[in-house]
Amino acid sequence: MERAPKISRNIDWITVAIYAAMLLLGWINVYAAVYSPDLKQSIFDFSINSGKQLIWIGTAVIIIIVLLVIDYKAYESLAYVVYGFIILLLIFTLIFARPIAGSRSWLEFGAIRIQPAEFAKFATALAVSKFMSTINLRQQNWKEHAILAGITLLPPFLILLSNETGSALVFGAFLLAFFREGMSPLILILGSIFVAIFILTLLVPKLYFVIAITLLFGLAIWSNRRLLRKITSVVLIYAAVVGMVFSVDFFVNNILQQHQQNRIKALINPEADPLGFGWNVTQSKIAIGSGGLYGKGFLEGTQTKFDFVPEQSTDFIFCTIGEEHGWIGSLVLIGLFMALLSRIIFIAERQKTVFGRSYGYCVASIIFFHFLVNIGMTIGLAPVVGIPLPFFSYGGSSLWSFTILLFILLALDTHRKQDLTRA
Amino acid sequence: MQTIFFVVAAVFAIKLFFIQVLNTEYKHAADANTIKRVVEYPFRGLIYDREGKLLVQNMPVYDLMVVPKEIKNIDTLRFCQLFNIPLDEFRLKIKTAKAYSYVKPSPFLQKLSPEEFAALQDNLVEFPGFYINARNVRGYPHQSLAHALGYIGEVSPQKLEQPEYAAYAAGDYLGVSGIEHEYEKILMGKKGVKYRMVNVRGIDKGPFKEGQYDTTAVAGQDLVSSIDLELQQYGERMLKGKRGSIVAIEPNTGEILAFISAPFYDPNLLTGKELGKNYLSLLRDPEKPLYNRPIKATYPPGSVFKLVQALIALEEGVITPQTGYPCNQSLVKCAHGHPYPSNLKIAIENSCNPYFYQVFRAVVNQGRSRNIYQDTHLGLDKWRDHVLSFGFADNLGVDLPYENMGIIASSRYYDKLYGKTGWKYPTFYSMSIGQGETGVTPLQMANLMATIANRGYYITPHLIRGIGPQQQPLPDYQKKNFTSVASRHYEPVIEGMAEVVASRRGTGWWANLSHLGIDICGKTGTVQNPHGKDHAVFAAFAPRVNPKIAIAVYIENAGFGSISSAPLASLMIEKYLTGTISKPRQRWEGWIENGEFYKSKH
Ligand SMILES: [Zn+2]
Repeated sequence: MERAPKISRNIDWITVAIYAAMLLLGWINVYAAVYSPDLKQSIFDFSINSGKQLIWIGTAVIIIIVLLVIDYKAYESLAYVVYGFIILLLIFTLIFARPIAGSRSWLEFGAIRIQPAEFAKFATALAVSKFMSTINLRQQNWKEHAILAGITLLPPFLILLSNETGSALVFGAFLLAFFREGMSPLILILGSIFVAIFILTLLVPKLYFVIAITLLFGLAIWSNRRLLRKITSVVLIYAAVVGMVFSVDFFVNNILQQHQQNRIKALINPEADPLGFGWNVTQSKIAIGSGGLYGKGFLEGTQTKFDFVPEQSTDFIFCTIGEEHGWIGSLVLIGLFMALLSRIIFIAERQKTVFGRSYGYCVASIIFFHFLVNIGMTIGLAPVVGIPLPFFSYGGSSLWSFTILLFILLALDTHRKQDLTRA
Repeated sequence: MQTIFFVVAAVFAIKLFFIQVLNTEYKHAADANTIKRVVEYPFRGLIYDREGKLLVQNMPVYDLMVVPKEIKNIDTLRFCQLFNIPLDEFRLKIKTAKAYSYVKPSPFLQKLSPEEFAALQDNLVEFPGFYINARNVRGYPHQSLAHALGYIGEVSPQKLEQPEYAAYAAGDYLGVSGIEHEYEKILMGKKGVKYRMVNVRGIDKGPFKEGQYDTTAVAGQDLVSSIDLELQQYGERMLKGKRGSIVAIEPNTGEILAFISAPFYDPNLLTGKELGKNYLSLLRDPEKPLYNRPIKATYPPGSVFKLVQALIALEEGVITPQTGYPCNQSLVKCAHGHPYPSNLKIAIENSCNPYFYQVFRAVVNQGRSRNIYQDTHLGLDKWRDHVLSFGFADNLGVDLPYENMGIIASSRYYDKLYGKTGWKYPTFYSMSIGQGETGVTPLQMANLMATIANRGYYITPHLIRGIGPQQQPLPDYQKKNFTSVASRHYEPVIEGMAEVVASRRGTGWWANLSHLGIDICGKTGTVQNPHGKDHAVFAAFAPRVNPKIAIAVYIENAGFGSISSAPLASLMIEKYLTGTISKPRQRWEGWIENGEFYKSKH
């Protein structure tokens, strides 16, 4: 066996160490989140989330070994196959899954429930990277751009249909990776404008919004007379923006069902639903805020026990860390994420193939997006979107999917020198 | 890209520094206070009868609730003694509560009586984590109308998982059947939530954030039923100990005046602590008291159906009121010795079977096609379309769940049985006299009477005439549904129905109220019962001009309608129109209540 020593020598141990530290801290805090001072359960109690998380961690180790042993070339050559399989799985879930809490996104195998949406992330990252390795994003080839957009948007579209808004939004993170591969910043800007219009349409009454846009265009022409020479394009752009306002409004109010409307509106403006999401944010801020500089100590938290905030051990795990370990604990967590993200970018840049590099950027973007939105929502800086904190939140699907995401990169990285010989 | 990462990290770190280190408000909120979510239950809407008498009210009950998280050092043994429950049950209930939620309250003991509540209240301070939740259950001051009112029950765990039931929590009640189910959204109201700051010793420190997140409970809206409670109770008294149904409708509004299914039960049985136990014993009762006959039971309509046959034949132009047919006993048997049916009136009055055999044949086989099979096909389906316009073989749309459609056989039905060329008129002739492949609910029968009373249309029968303070009626129940038979054809049929009751020879003679100046138009019927004695049917409306009540009376195993269901229907009509029962007719009350229709020859 030559392979084993090679892997252990070439694998990026720094990343592995950060990964292990995150898993360990995550596990301890999941325990703290479900621990009851009256019941005094053990951390290994398999009836509570910390015990179950240990099982997920154990299986994650098996997944890592499998990922490293597989021929690393397969990740690139089978990228589309994996992607296609996940798409079929998403469609299958959409049609056949039993609705759980209003969303058809879980597949059940006996006692085990998995969420295919989680696995769509690494599959899409593989497919996107593979496609980008075959094109040059710097060239303004609209056909290629369209295919890339299609690959990226198909999974979130299917996930949206199953009512998992949070998981679908994650796919926006790919824009960051495209940016690195030379996509014009114009698209990022256009994308942001599109999102801004979408959100404003939901927040502001249609009529006021249209008046505001009209005034804005009028002002632009008035202040810059040269625009009059391009009056046709200006009018076209104006018509497009107004048309979009009306179509978004029509889509949300006429096509979507009531509960989907509420979900989208609450997402944009949690204050509108103070008993639901808004309540969580208040509770979560009290918990984090009461932690102080050093925190209340391990298992000493009073605000984050049980389901005061319903997703205590999953989406709101950061509350437990903030309450029990204070600002110092929060800094350690932020530091760990920064270290991991920097290391991933470092690894990505040292890849010899475009595929490897863009995959690395995809991984960094996805993890960063989760970090951004998850921490942001617990401290009231981002809307409440139900997505987990990578490697910390309780849950098998999420832990497995982030492990696969990260360790495919490490597998590629372990063999990067072989690619040199290939090239 | 790393720049973006580090900017975000810095923003988070700074924001966290503000929240965690600089700001003390959150520490105060957490240290001194926890926020308690107090749910305020709304009053469920009340239901009144058409005279304003209370049909359904709310009665306070008290639930002992438990919040597992808050249980601290309690003396379990003393608790069990006090509340009189075994230790095992205590442990099991705590376990169930924990399985539901640590912080949300679960019901521990439900529906304590006011006396039990008073006894327990003083001791509760010893048991943190347990508290009393006041709630309302339904009460029925009159013990009537169980089948129409329905009942409310605890929402099931399966329903709680579904998004449509998001407004409900464990232990909440919702309408399970009857009006309670059908008008759930109107009756339920809206729960309120108060967020209170409570310090570590459980002392209320006032509303959280000046109550800006609080919502007040909104009471459910009241309903006004079209039921006349006095008439309802009179009918229940008459049907007590028998099996059968009475449905009475006000023809020009479609409002149901009485809705009786016998055997019935006291609706108070399905409230309070004993609901589960009582429900099981009602369910297991061989007399099936839960069975809602007026909308669930279907019977062949029997002779009453001849009225529909006559109306369709008049509309199709195959007979006139003057048409006569011989009482040809070789076609189908008939009662002996009635006068020759030389016109429609005599045929209806004497319920002549061969007459209607020939009428129905004339309707079906009009020679629309030279092929006799095809002619029968076309004729039967055309006829069926007419029948369906009376509301048969379909849900009428009454405001009760689980209505039975009934059946009227179609050509497709016989095609399936015999093939396209395997059947013609003699195959289904028995439908001419309301036998064979026909099924009609008592409600549909009463609706037929309302339709005839209105000379050609009905308003969908309904139990609720007004909603909320304005007593707003539902728009569905204001529309006139016209039959495919023109209005002018009704009078000749009504003339026959008047004769059924007015003539000494008529089968409805015992329903006659002419001494009170009330002319009843009606028709008796017999439902053949292969399992025992036939069921008696009488369907009628009164008065003939400006009808105020249409009624269908079914008494199972009573044999001839003329001595059982007809006099009962006339008692109901008399009661409703005059408010009392005149002296000479009170003997009928005893006769009906006694219910031994076979023992003596009247
Ligand atoms: Zn005859």
